[in-house]
Amino acid sequence: MNKTVTTKILIPSGALGLGYDRDALMRGIELNPDLIAIDGGSTDSGPHYLGTGTSKYSRSSIKSEWRELMQARAIANVPLVIGTAGTCGADDAVDWLLDITREIATETDQNVTVAILKSGQPVDRVINALDQGRIKPLEPVIDIDHSVLQSCTNIVALAGAEQIQAALNTGADIVIAGRATDTATIAALPLARGCHTGGAWHGAKIGECGALATTNPSSGTIMITFDAHGFTVEPMGQTARATPYTVSAHMLYENSNPLQLYEPGGYLDVTGAIYTALDDRRVRVTGSTWVPSDTYTVKLEGARCGGYQCVSLALIREARYVQNIDTWTAAVEENCRQKAQERIEGDFTLELRIIGLNATLGAQDLNAQIGSEVGVLGIVTAPSEMVAKEVAKMLNPYLLHLPLTEDEEMPTFAFPFSPNEMNRGEIYEFCLNHVMELGDPMQAFSLTVEQVRT
Amino acid sequence: MTKLADITHKIRSKNAGPFWITIDIFCADEAQFKRALIAADSERVAHALGISVSDLKRYDLPDVHVVKFSFPRPIVQGTRYDRDMHGASFANLIAELDVTP
Repeated sequence: MNKTVTTKILIPSGALGLGYDRDALMRGIELNPDLIAIDGGSTDSGPHYLGTGTSKYSRSSIKSEWRELMQARAIANVPLVIGTAGTCGADDAVDWLLDITREIATETDQNVTVAILKSGQPVDRVINALDQGRIKPLEPVIDIDHSVLQSCTNIVALAGAEQIQAALNTGADIVIAGRATDTATIAALPLARGCHTGGAWHGAKIGECGALATTNPSSGTIMITFDAHGFTVEPMGQTARATPYTVSAHMLYENSNPLQLYEPGGYLDVTGAIYTALDDRRVRVTGSTWVPSDTYTVKLEGARCGGYQCVSLALIREARYVQNIDTWTAAVEENCRQKAQERIEGDFTLELRIIGLNATLGAQDLNAQIGSEVGVLGIVTAPSEMVAKEVAKMLNPYLLHLPLTEDEEMPTFAFPFSPNEMNRGEIYEFCLNHVMELGDPMQAFSLTVEQVRT
Repeated sequence: MTKLADITHKIRSKNAGPFWITIDIFCADEAQFKRALIAADSERVAHALGISVSDLKRYDLPDVHVVKFSFPRPIVQGTRYDRDMHGASFANLIAELDVTP
Protein backbone atom coordinates (compact mmCIF):
# COMPACT_ATOMS: atom_id res chain seq x y z
CA MET A 1 0.00 0.00 0.00
CA ASN A 2 1.25 3.43 -0.94
CA LYS A 3 1.67 6.00 1.77
CA THR A 4 -1.35 8.28 1.43
CA VAL A 5 -0.67 11.76 0.15
CA THR A 6 -3.42 14.35 0.57
CA THR A 7 -4.43 15.32 -2.95
CA LYS A 8 -6.17 18.49 -4.11
CA ILE A 9 -8.05 18.39 -7.40
CA LEU A 10 -9.26 21.67 -8.87
CA ILE A 11 -12.31 21.45 -11.15
CA PRO A 12 -12.83 24.72 -13.10
CA SER A 13 -16.41 23.92 -14.19
CA GLY A 14 -18.85 21.16 -15.06
CA ALA A 15 -17.69 21.07 -18.67
CA LEU A 16 -15.27 22.86 -20.94
CA GLY A 17 -17.34 25.36 -22.93
CA LEU A 18 -19.83 26.10 -20.13
CA GLY A 19 -17.87 29.02 -18.69
CA TYR A 20 -16.75 29.71 -15.11
CA ASP A 21 -15.91 32.53 -12.75
CA ARG A 22 -12.30 33.55 -13.54
CA ASP A 23 -11.67 34.85 -10.02
CA ALA A 24 -12.82 31.52 -8.59
CA LEU A 25 -10.40 29.69 -10.89
CA MET A 26 -7.48 31.92 -9.86
CA ARG A 27 -8.38 31.46 -6.18
CA GLY A 28 -8.13 27.73 -6.78
CA ILE A 29 -4.74 28.08 -8.48
CA GLU A 30 -3.43 30.06 -5.46
CA LEU A 31 -4.32 27.11 -3.22
CA ASN A 32 -1.75 24.92 -5.05
CA PRO A 33 -3.83 22.09 -6.49
CA ASP A 34 -2.13 18.82 -7.44
CA LEU A 35 -4.11 18.52 -10.66
CA ILE A 36 -6.71 20.42 -12.70
CA ALA A 37 -9.47 18.21 -14.10
CA ILE A 38 -12.33 19.11 -16.40
CA ASP A 39 -14.99 17.18 -18.23
CA GLY A 40 -15.33 17.64 -21.97
CA GLY A 41 -18.71 16.10 -22.64
CA SER A 42 -21.36 13.46 -22.15
CA THR A 43 -24.19 11.77 -24.03
CA ASP A 44 -26.67 14.30 -22.66
CA SER A 45 -27.04 16.36 -25.82
CA GLY A 46 -27.94 13.35 -27.90
CA PRO A 47 -26.48 10.88 -30.39
CA HIS A 48 -25.50 13.37 -33.11
CA TYR A 49 -22.13 14.14 -31.52
CA LEU A 50 -20.97 10.55 -31.12
CA GLY A 51 -22.50 9.67 -34.49
CA THR A 52 -20.43 12.35 -36.22
CA GLY A 53 -17.45 12.51 -33.85
CA THR A 54 -17.94 16.26 -33.36
CA SER A 55 -18.23 18.80 -30.53
CA LYS A 56 -21.42 20.44 -29.30
CA TYR A 57 -19.68 23.66 -28.28
CA SER A 58 -18.25 26.18 -30.69
CA ARG A 59 -14.56 25.89 -31.49
CA SER A 60 -14.08 29.53 -30.44
CA SER A 61 -15.57 28.91 -26.99
CA ILE A 62 -13.54 25.77 -26.46
CA LYS A 63 -10.36 27.49 -27.62
CA SER A 64 -10.96 30.51 -25.40
CA GLU A 65 -11.56 28.45 -22.25
CA TRP A 66 -8.89 25.86 -23.01
CA ARG A 67 -6.37 28.67 -23.50
CA GLU A 68 -7.18 30.03 -20.03
CA LEU A 69 -6.92 26.58 -18.48
CA MET A 70 -3.57 25.95 -20.23
CA GLN A 71 -2.30 29.26 -18.84
CA ALA A 72 -3.62 28.42 -15.34
CA ARG A 73 -1.88 25.05 -15.63
CA ALA A 74 1.40 26.71 -16.52
CA ILE A 75 1.14 28.89 -13.40
CA ALA A 76 0.25 25.97 -11.12
CA ASN A 77 2.77 23.70 -12.88
CA VAL A 78 0.57 20.62 -12.41
CA PRO A 79 -1.15 18.31 -14.89
CA LEU A 80 -4.29 19.48 -16.70
CA VAL A 81 -6.61 16.60 -17.58
CA ILE A 82 -9.68 16.62 -19.79
CA GLY A 83 -11.95 13.59 -20.20
CA THR A 84 -14.47 12.99 -22.98
CA ALA A 85 -12.82 15.63 -25.16
CA GLY A 86 -15.00 17.25 -27.81
CA THR A 87 -18.40 16.31 -26.28
CA CYS A 88 -18.42 12.67 -27.40
CA GLY A 89 -14.82 11.54 -26.79
CA ALA A 90 -14.53 9.84 -30.19
CA ASP A 91 -11.04 9.75 -31.73
CA ASP A 92 -11.86 12.57 -34.17
CA ALA A 93 -13.00 14.78 -31.29
CA VAL A 94 -9.74 14.07 -29.41
CA ASP A 95 -7.75 15.04 -32.52
CA TRP A 96 -9.86 18.22 -32.79
CA LEU A 97 -8.92 19.31 -29.26
CA LEU A 98 -5.30 18.30 -29.83
CA ASP A 99 -5.23 20.56 -32.86
CA ILE A 100 -6.63 23.44 -30.77
CA THR A 101 -4.00 22.68 -28.11
CA ARG A 102 -1.20 22.96 -30.69
CA GLU A 103 -2.54 26.32 -31.88
CA ILE A 104 -2.73 27.69 -28.34
CA ALA A 105 0.76 26.44 -27.49
CA THR A 106 2.13 28.33 -30.49
CA GLU A 107 0.13 31.46 -29.79
CA THR A 108 1.02 31.58 -26.08
CA ASP A 109 4.62 30.41 -26.47
CA GLN A 110 4.26 27.25 -24.36
CA ASN A 111 6.23 24.02 -24.66
CA VAL A 112 4.06 21.25 -23.28
CA THR A 113 3.99 17.47 -23.26
CA VAL A 114 0.57 16.12 -24.15
CA ALA A 115 -0.59 12.56 -23.46
CA ILE A 116 -3.37 11.48 -25.79
CA LEU A 117 -5.65 8.70 -24.58
CA LYS A 118 -8.02 7.38 -27.21
CA SER A 119 -11.20 5.43 -26.44
CA GLY A 120 -12.42 4.68 -29.97
CA GLN A 121 -13.14 1.02 -30.66
CA PRO A 122 -12.50 -0.62 -34.01
CA VAL A 123 -15.63 -2.60 -34.94
CA ASP A 124 -13.63 -5.84 -35.26
CA ARG A 125 -12.46 -5.59 -31.65
CA VAL A 126 -16.03 -5.29 -30.38
CA ILE A 127 -17.25 -8.07 -32.70
CA ASN A 128 -14.52 -10.37 -31.37
CA ALA A 129 -15.47 -9.51 -27.81
CA LEU A 130 -19.12 -10.24 -28.62
CA ASP A 131 -18.21 -13.61 -30.14
CA GLN A 132 -16.09 -14.43 -27.07
CA GLY A 133 -18.97 -13.62 -24.71
CA ARG A 134 -17.17 -10.58 -23.28
CA ILE A 135 -19.99 -8.13 -24.06
CA LYS A 136 -22.75 -8.02 -21.46
CA PRO A 137 -26.00 -6.04 -21.73
CA LEU A 138 -27.07 -3.45 -19.18
CA GLU A 139 -30.68 -2.62 -18.35
CA PRO A 140 -32.76 -1.89 -20.39
CA VAL A 141 -31.48 -4.69 -22.62
CA ILE A 142 -30.91 -3.79 -26.27
CA ASP A 143 -30.25 -6.65 -28.67
CA ILE A 144 -27.11 -6.37 -30.73
CA ASP A 145 -25.41 -8.50 -33.36
CA HIS A 146 -22.61 -8.12 -35.90
CA SER A 147 -24.71 -5.98 -38.21
CA VAL A 148 -25.65 -3.52 -35.45
CA LEU A 149 -21.97 -3.13 -34.54
CA GLN A 150 -20.96 -2.77 -38.20
CA SER A 151 -23.55 -0.03 -38.68
CA CYS A 152 -22.05 2.17 -35.94
CA THR A 153 -20.19 5.25 -37.16
CA ASN A 154 -18.41 5.46 -33.80
CA ILE A 155 -18.04 3.11 -30.85
CA VAL A 156 -16.24 4.30 -27.72
CA ALA A 157 -15.38 2.65 -24.43
CA LEU A 158 -15.50 4.69 -21.22
CA ALA A 159 -12.05 4.90 -19.67
CA GLY A 160 -11.80 4.61 -15.90
CA ALA A 161 -9.17 5.63 -13.38
CA GLU A 162 -6.62 3.03 -14.59
CA GLN A 163 -6.35 4.48 -18.10
CA ILE A 164 -6.14 8.06 -16.81
CA GLN A 165 -3.41 6.95 -14.39
CA ALA A 166 -1.47 5.42 -17.30
CA ALA A 167 -1.70 8.77 -19.09
CA LEU A 168 -0.56 10.66 -15.96
CA ASN A 169 2.33 8.22 -15.51
CA THR A 170 3.84 9.47 -18.77
CA GLY A 171 4.60 12.67 -16.88
CA ALA A 172 2.61 14.73 -19.36
CA ASP A 173 1.64 18.33 -18.64
CA ILE A 174 -1.71 17.87 -20.36
CA VAL A 175 -3.83 14.76 -20.76
CA ILE A 176 -6.42 14.81 -23.53
CA ALA A 177 -8.62 11.79 -23.02
CA GLY A 178 -11.36 10.46 -25.23
CA ARG A 179 -14.53 9.06 -23.71
CA ALA A 180 -14.05 8.51 -19.99
CA THR A 181 -16.42 8.28 -17.04
CA ASP A 182 -17.24 11.70 -15.59
CA THR A 183 -15.40 10.76 -12.40
CA ALA A 184 -12.27 9.06 -13.76
CA THR A 185 -10.22 12.20 -14.44
CA ILE A 186 -10.79 13.40 -10.86
CA ALA A 187 -10.44 10.05 -9.05
CA ALA A 188 -7.32 8.83 -10.87
CA LEU A 189 -4.65 10.75 -8.95
CA PRO A 190 -6.13 10.38 -5.43
CA LEU A 191 -6.46 6.63 -6.07
CA ALA A 192 -2.86 6.39 -7.33
CA ARG A 193 -1.69 8.18 -4.19
CA GLY A 194 -3.50 5.77 -1.89
CA CYS A 195 -6.35 8.03 -0.78
CA HIS A 196 -9.52 6.37 0.50
CA THR A 197 -11.00 4.44 -2.44
CA GLY A 198 -14.68 5.05 -1.71
CA GLY A 199 -13.86 8.67 -0.90
CA ALA A 200 -11.93 9.11 -4.17
CA TRP A 201 -14.87 7.98 -6.30
CA HIS A 202 -17.48 9.74 -4.22
CA GLY A 203 -15.53 13.02 -4.16
CA ALA A 204 -15.04 12.72 -7.91
CA LYS A 205 -18.79 12.34 -8.44
CA ILE A 206 -19.47 15.38 -6.24
CA GLY A 207 -16.89 17.44 -8.14
CA GLU A 208 -17.59 16.34 -11.70
CA CYS A 209 -20.20 19.04 -12.33
CA GLY A 210 -18.04 21.77 -10.81
CA ALA A 211 -19.96 24.04 -8.45
CA LEU A 212 -23.29 22.33 -9.17
CA ALA A 213 -22.96 20.71 -5.74
CA THR A 214 -22.91 24.17 -4.09
CA THR A 215 -25.34 27.04 -3.51
CA ASN A 216 -23.97 28.92 -6.56
CA PRO A 217 -23.64 26.56 -9.53
CA SER A 218 -22.65 29.27 -12.04
CA SER A 219 -19.45 30.08 -10.12
CA GLY A 220 -18.13 26.86 -11.68
CA THR A 221 -14.93 26.18 -9.80
CA ILE A 222 -14.64 23.75 -6.91
CA MET A 223 -11.75 22.12 -5.02
CA ILE A 224 -11.98 18.56 -3.73
CA THR A 225 -9.29 17.54 -1.24
CA PHE A 226 -8.82 13.79 -0.85
CA ASP A 227 -7.09 11.97 2.01
CA ALA A 228 -6.85 8.59 3.76
CA HIS A 229 -10.34 8.75 5.25
CA GLY A 230 -12.54 10.71 2.86
CA PHE A 231 -12.72 14.06 1.13
CA THR A 232 -13.51 17.74 1.66
CA VAL A 233 -15.52 19.93 -0.71
CA GLU A 234 -14.64 23.61 -0.98
CA PRO A 235 -16.21 25.94 -3.56
CA MET A 236 -13.86 28.58 -5.01
CA GLY A 237 -16.57 31.14 -5.84
CA GLN A 238 -16.67 34.05 -3.40
CA THR A 239 -20.31 33.57 -2.45
CA ALA A 240 -20.67 29.85 -3.17
CA ARG A 241 -21.23 27.56 -0.21
CA ALA A 242 -21.14 23.78 0.05
CA THR A 243 -23.52 22.39 2.66
CA PRO A 244 -24.20 18.78 3.69
CA TYR A 245 -27.46 19.14 1.77
CA THR A 246 -26.00 20.52 -1.50
CA VAL A 247 -23.27 17.86 -1.45
CA SER A 248 -25.39 14.83 -0.58
CA ALA A 249 -28.20 15.89 -2.94
CA HIS A 250 -25.73 15.96 -5.84
CA MET A 251 -25.71 12.14 -5.90
CA LEU A 252 -29.24 12.41 -7.33
CA TYR A 253 -28.12 14.34 -10.39
CA GLU A 254 -28.28 12.42 -13.68
CA ASN A 255 -28.00 9.18 -11.69
CA SER A 256 -30.72 6.57 -11.99
CA ASN A 257 -29.52 5.11 -8.66
CA PRO A 258 -28.59 7.75 -6.05
CA LEU A 259 -26.76 5.32 -3.78
CA GLN A 260 -24.57 3.34 -6.17
CA LEU A 261 -22.39 4.41 -9.07
CA TYR A 262 -20.86 1.82 -11.40
CA GLU A 263 -17.35 2.43 -12.66
CA PRO A 264 -14.79 0.23 -14.43
CA GLY A 265 -13.68 -2.35 -11.86
CA GLY A 266 -16.46 -1.98 -9.30
CA TYR A 267 -19.02 0.34 -7.84
CA LEU A 268 -19.27 3.14 -5.33
CA ASP A 269 -21.80 2.78 -2.51
CA VAL A 270 -22.68 5.94 -0.56
CA THR A 271 -25.32 4.38 1.68
CA GLY A 272 -23.12 4.86 4.74
CA ALA A 273 -21.70 8.28 3.81
CA ILE A 274 -21.58 10.93 6.52
CA TYR A 275 -21.69 14.60 5.49
CA THR A 276 -20.35 17.09 8.04
CA ALA A 277 -20.21 20.88 7.74
CA LEU A 278 -16.67 22.07 8.59
CA ASP A 279 -17.91 25.66 8.51
CA ASP A 280 -20.57 27.48 6.49
CA ARG A 281 -18.91 26.77 3.12
CA ARG A 282 -16.92 23.50 3.36
CA VAL A 283 -18.18 19.93 3.78
CA ARG A 284 -16.32 16.84 4.92
CA VAL A 285 -17.45 13.41 3.69
CA THR A 286 -16.48 10.01 5.07
CA GLY A 287 -18.00 6.53 5.10
CA SER A 288 -18.45 5.92 1.37
CA THR A 289 -17.34 2.47 0.21
CA TRP A 290 -15.94 0.97 -2.98
CA VAL A 291 -17.00 -2.56 -3.91
CA PRO A 292 -14.58 -4.14 -6.41
CA SER A 293 -16.00 -6.44 -9.08
CA ASP A 294 -14.64 -9.85 -10.13
CA THR A 295 -14.14 -8.80 -13.73
CA TYR A 296 -12.90 -5.52 -15.16
CA THR A 297 -15.49 -4.04 -17.50
CA VAL A 298 -15.79 -0.80 -19.45
CA LYS A 299 -19.07 0.63 -20.68
CA LEU A 300 -19.55 0.96 -24.43
CA GLU A 301 -21.38 3.65 -26.34
CA GLY A 302 -22.17 3.44 -30.02
CA ALA A 303 -24.14 5.55 -32.46
CA ARG A 304 -25.38 4.77 -35.94
CA CYS A 305 -27.43 6.47 -38.61
CA GLY A 306 -31.16 6.44 -37.85
CA GLY A 307 -32.26 7.80 -41.21
CA TYR A 308 -32.45 11.23 -42.81
CA GLN A 309 -34.75 13.93 -41.64
CA CYS A 310 -36.46 16.95 -43.18
CA VAL A 311 -38.71 19.21 -41.09
CA SER A 312 -41.24 21.95 -41.77
CA LEU A 313 -42.97 24.51 -39.56
CA ALA A 314 -46.31 26.27 -40.15
CA LEU A 315 -47.77 28.91 -37.83
CA ILE A 316 -51.53 29.00 -37.38
CA ARG A 317 -53.18 32.14 -35.93
CA GLU A 318 -56.72 31.96 -37.35
CA ALA A 319 -59.01 31.21 -34.39
CA ARG A 320 -61.22 28.61 -36.06
CA TYR A 321 -58.19 26.62 -37.20
CA VAL A 322 -56.54 26.92 -33.81
CA GLN A 323 -59.71 25.65 -32.14
CA ASN A 324 -59.87 22.69 -34.55
CA ILE A 325 -56.15 22.07 -34.77
CA ASP A 326 -56.33 18.33 -34.00
CA THR A 327 -58.76 17.74 -36.86
CA TRP A 328 -56.82 19.95 -39.26
CA THR A 329 -53.45 18.38 -38.40
CA ALA A 330 -54.84 14.86 -38.81
CA ALA A 331 -56.19 15.85 -42.26
CA VAL A 332 -52.84 17.34 -43.33
CA GLU A 333 -51.05 14.20 -42.22
CA GLU A 334 -53.50 11.85 -43.92
CA ASN A 335 -53.51 13.77 -47.20
CA CYS A 336 -49.75 13.99 -47.35
CA ARG A 337 -49.19 10.37 -46.41
CA GLN A 338 -51.62 9.15 -49.05
CA LYS A 339 -50.09 11.23 -51.82
CA ALA A 340 -46.54 10.30 -50.84
CA GLN A 341 -47.39 6.61 -50.83
CA GLU A 342 -48.87 6.97 -54.34
CA ARG A 343 -46.00 8.94 -55.80
CA ILE A 344 -42.80 7.98 -53.98
CA GLU A 345 -40.99 4.67 -53.79
CA GLY A 346 -39.50 4.03 -50.38
CA ASP A 347 -40.35 3.98 -46.69
CA PHE A 348 -40.80 7.08 -44.61
CA THR A 349 -42.41 8.21 -41.37
CA LEU A 350 -44.38 11.44 -41.12
CA GLU A 351 -45.22 13.00 -37.78
CA LEU A 352 -46.92 16.33 -37.02
CA ARG A 353 -46.44 17.87 -33.58
CA ILE A 354 -48.68 20.70 -32.40
CA ILE A 355 -46.49 23.31 -30.72
CA GLY A 356 -48.61 25.24 -28.24
CA LEU A 357 -50.73 22.20 -27.41
CA ASN A 358 -48.76 19.06 -26.55
CA ALA A 359 -45.56 18.96 -28.63
CA THR A 360 -43.48 18.39 -25.49
CA LEU A 361 -45.27 15.43 -23.95
CA GLY A 362 -47.61 14.16 -26.66
CA ALA A 363 -50.70 12.15 -25.74
CA GLN A 364 -49.33 11.68 -22.22
CA ASP A 365 -50.12 15.35 -21.48
CA LEU A 366 -53.57 15.35 -19.90
CA ASN A 367 -53.45 19.06 -18.97
CA ALA A 368 -52.72 20.45 -22.44
CA GLN A 369 -54.37 23.79 -23.22
CA ILE A 370 -54.43 25.77 -26.43
CA GLY A 371 -53.61 29.48 -26.80
CA SER A 372 -54.17 32.07 -29.53
CA GLU A 373 -51.75 30.45 -31.98
CA VAL A 374 -50.04 27.13 -32.60
CA GLY A 375 -47.09 25.91 -34.58
CA VAL A 376 -47.35 22.69 -36.53
CA LEU A 377 -44.01 20.97 -36.85
CA GLY A 378 -43.85 18.38 -39.60
CA ILE A 379 -41.12 15.77 -39.26
CA VAL A 380 -40.29 13.42 -42.11
CA THR A 381 -37.75 10.64 -41.59
CA ALA A 382 -36.67 8.24 -44.32
CA PRO A 383 -33.80 5.90 -45.16
CA SER A 384 -32.53 8.35 -47.79
CA GLU A 385 -32.17 12.10 -47.88
CA MET A 386 -33.89 12.22 -51.24
CA VAL A 387 -37.08 10.52 -49.98
CA ALA A 388 -37.16 12.63 -46.79
CA LYS A 389 -36.97 15.83 -48.87
CA GLU A 390 -39.54 14.64 -51.41
CA VAL A 391 -42.12 13.85 -48.73
CA ALA A 392 -41.42 17.16 -46.94
CA LYS A 393 -42.01 19.01 -50.22
CA MET A 394 -45.33 17.20 -50.61
CA LEU A 395 -46.26 18.29 -47.10
CA ASN A 396 -45.67 21.94 -48.00
CA PRO A 397 -48.92 22.74 -49.89
CA TYR A 398 -51.06 21.02 -47.27
CA LEU A 399 -49.44 22.94 -44.41
CA LEU A 400 -49.89 26.16 -46.36
CA HIS A 401 -53.41 25.83 -47.77
CA LEU A 402 -55.48 22.86 -46.58
CA PRO A 403 -59.04 24.02 -45.76
CA LEU A 404 -60.80 22.61 -42.72
CA THR A 405 -63.88 21.75 -44.78
CA GLU A 406 -64.48 21.41 -48.52
CA ASP A 407 -66.92 24.31 -48.67
CA GLU A 408 -64.72 27.20 -47.74
CA GLU A 409 -62.20 29.53 -49.25
CA MET A 410 -58.64 28.29 -49.44
CA PRO A 411 -56.77 29.48 -46.34
CA THR A 412 -53.11 30.47 -46.19
CA PHE A 413 -50.96 30.10 -43.08
CA ALA A 414 -47.69 31.66 -42.00
CA PHE A 415 -44.46 30.02 -43.13
CA PRO A 416 -41.41 31.51 -41.40
CA PHE A 417 -38.94 30.45 -44.13
CA SER A 418 -38.37 29.88 -47.80
CA PRO A 419 -37.86 27.11 -48.56
CA ASN A 420 -40.01 25.99 -45.68
CA GLU A 421 -38.35 22.57 -45.60
CA MET A 422 -35.33 22.37 -43.35
CA ASN A 423 -33.05 19.49 -44.19
CA ARG A 424 -31.60 18.02 -41.00
CA GLY A 425 -29.46 15.49 -42.84
CA GLU A 426 -28.52 12.25 -41.13
CA ILE A 427 -29.94 11.61 -37.70
CA TYR A 428 -28.24 9.19 -35.33
CA GLU A 429 -29.30 6.81 -32.61
CA PHE A 430 -27.53 5.29 -29.63
CA CYS A 431 -27.48 1.55 -30.15
CA LEU A 432 -25.28 0.12 -27.38
CA ASN A 433 -26.07 -0.21 -23.70
CA HIS A 434 -23.41 -2.75 -22.83
CA VAL A 435 -20.17 -3.35 -20.99
CA MET A 436 -17.08 -5.06 -22.40
CA GLU A 437 -14.86 -7.26 -20.22
CA LEU A 438 -11.14 -6.58 -20.47
CA GLY A 439 -8.21 -8.69 -19.28
CA ASP A 440 -6.07 -5.56 -19.01
CA PRO A 441 -7.53 -2.04 -18.63
CA MET A 442 -5.30 -0.69 -21.45
CA GLN A 443 -6.38 -3.45 -23.84
CA ALA A 444 -9.07 -1.28 -25.45
CA PHE A 445 -7.33 2.10 -25.25
CA SER A 446 -4.39 3.71 -26.98
CA LEU A 447 -1.92 6.07 -25.35
CA THR A 448 0.57 8.31 -27.16
CA VAL A 449 2.68 11.25 -26.07
CA GLU A 450 3.40 14.33 -28.15
CA GLN A 451 5.78 17.20 -27.46
CA VAL A 452 3.95 20.35 -28.47
CA ARG A 453 6.47 23.11 -29.15
CA THR A 454 6.07 26.70 -30.14
CA MET B 1 -57.30 21.07 -6.89
CA THR B 2 -53.98 20.44 -5.17
CA LYS B 3 -51.08 19.42 -7.39
CA LEU B 4 -48.00 17.54 -6.22
CA ALA B 5 -45.98 20.69 -7.05
CA ASP B 6 -48.10 22.62 -4.50
CA ILE B 7 -47.04 20.41 -1.58
CA THR B 8 -43.35 19.96 -2.48
CA HIS B 9 -40.35 22.26 -2.96
CA LYS B 10 -39.18 21.40 -6.48
CA ILE B 11 -39.62 18.62 -9.03
CA ARG B 12 -37.10 18.07 -11.80
CA SER B 13 -36.34 15.42 -14.40
CA LYS B 14 -33.27 14.66 -16.48
CA ASN B 15 -31.65 11.96 -18.56
CA ALA B 16 -29.56 9.46 -16.67
CA GLY B 17 -27.74 8.32 -19.79
CA PRO B 18 -29.49 7.78 -23.15
CA PHE B 19 -31.75 5.00 -21.89
CA TRP B 20 -33.04 6.27 -18.53
CA ILE B 21 -34.97 9.21 -17.11
CA THR B 22 -34.76 10.16 -13.47
CA ILE B 23 -37.22 12.38 -11.58
CA ASP B 24 -36.34 14.01 -8.25
CA ILE B 25 -39.08 15.29 -5.96
CA PHE B 26 -37.47 17.66 -3.43
CA CYS B 27 -39.35 18.40 -0.22
CA ALA B 28 -38.64 21.38 1.99
CA ASP B 29 -38.87 19.52 5.28
CA GLU B 30 -39.82 16.32 7.06
CA ALA B 31 -43.54 17.15 7.02
CA GLN B 32 -43.56 17.71 3.24
CA PHE B 33 -41.50 14.55 2.75
CA LYS B 34 -43.97 12.43 4.75
CA ARG B 35 -46.83 13.82 2.72
CA ALA B 36 -45.00 13.29 -0.57
CA LEU B 37 -44.22 9.66 0.32
CA ILE B 38 -47.95 8.95 0.22
CA ALA B 39 -48.99 11.46 -2.47
CA ALA B 40 -46.36 10.24 -4.96
CA ASP B 41 -47.94 6.80 -5.12
CA SER B 42 -45.89 4.56 -7.44
CA GLU B 43 -48.93 3.23 -9.34
CA ARG B 44 -50.17 6.75 -10.04
CA VAL B 45 -46.72 8.01 -11.00
CA ALA B 46 -46.28 5.11 -13.44
CA HIS B 47 -49.72 5.80 -14.91
CA ALA B 48 -48.94 9.50 -15.40
CA LEU B 49 -45.69 8.59 -17.14
CA GLY B 50 -47.39 5.99 -19.33
CA ILE B 51 -45.17 3.16 -18.13
CA SER B 52 -45.63 -0.07 -16.22
CA VAL B 53 -45.09 0.19 -12.47
CA SER B 54 -42.68 -2.75 -12.73
CA ASP B 55 -40.38 -0.50 -14.82
CA LEU B 56 -40.36 2.20 -12.14
CA LYS B 57 -37.51 2.24 -9.62
CA ARG B 58 -38.30 4.18 -6.48
CA TYR B 59 -35.92 5.62 -3.87
CA ASP B 60 -37.27 7.23 -0.71
CA LEU B 61 -34.41 9.28 0.72
CA PRO B 62 -35.27 10.65 4.18
CA ASP B 63 -31.84 12.27 4.74
CA VAL B 64 -32.38 14.74 1.89
CA HIS B 65 -36.21 14.67 1.93
CA VAL B 66 -36.32 13.43 -1.64
CA VAL B 67 -38.48 10.89 -3.43
CA LYS B 68 -36.69 9.75 -6.58
CA PHE B 69 -38.06 7.76 -9.51
CA SER B 70 -36.03 6.27 -12.37
CA PHE B 71 -37.37 4.42 -15.40
CA PRO B 72 -36.22 3.32 -18.84
CA ARG B 73 -37.04 5.98 -21.41
CA PRO B 74 -40.26 5.06 -23.25
CA ILE B 75 -38.48 6.41 -26.35
CA VAL B 76 -34.69 6.27 -26.48
CA GLN B 77 -32.97 9.67 -26.44
CA GLY B 78 -32.55 11.22 -29.86
CA THR B 79 -34.44 8.61 -31.88
CA ARG B 80 -36.97 9.95 -34.37
CA TYR B 81 -39.96 9.97 -32.03
CA ASP B 82 -38.13 11.50 -29.06
CA ARG B 83 -39.63 14.87 -28.12
CA ASP B 84 -37.32 15.86 -25.30
CA MET B 85 -33.57 15.36 -25.79
CA HIS B 86 -32.64 16.02 -22.16
CA GLY B 87 -35.71 14.47 -20.53
CA ALA B 88 -36.47 17.76 -18.81
CA SER B 89 -40.26 17.79 -19.29
CA PHE B 90 -41.23 14.50 -17.68
CA ALA B 91 -41.15 16.35 -14.35
CA ASN B 92 -44.27 18.30 -15.40
CA LEU B 93 -46.36 15.14 -15.59
CA ILE B 94 -45.51 14.43 -11.96
CA ALA B 95 -45.70 18.06 -10.76
CA GLU B 96 -49.27 18.26 -12.09
CA LEU B 97 -50.50 15.06 -10.42
CA ASP B 98 -53.78 15.79 -8.65
CA VAL B 99 -53.12 15.04 -4.98
CA THR B 100 -56.23 16.74 -3.55
CA PRO B 101 -56.86 15.00 -0.22
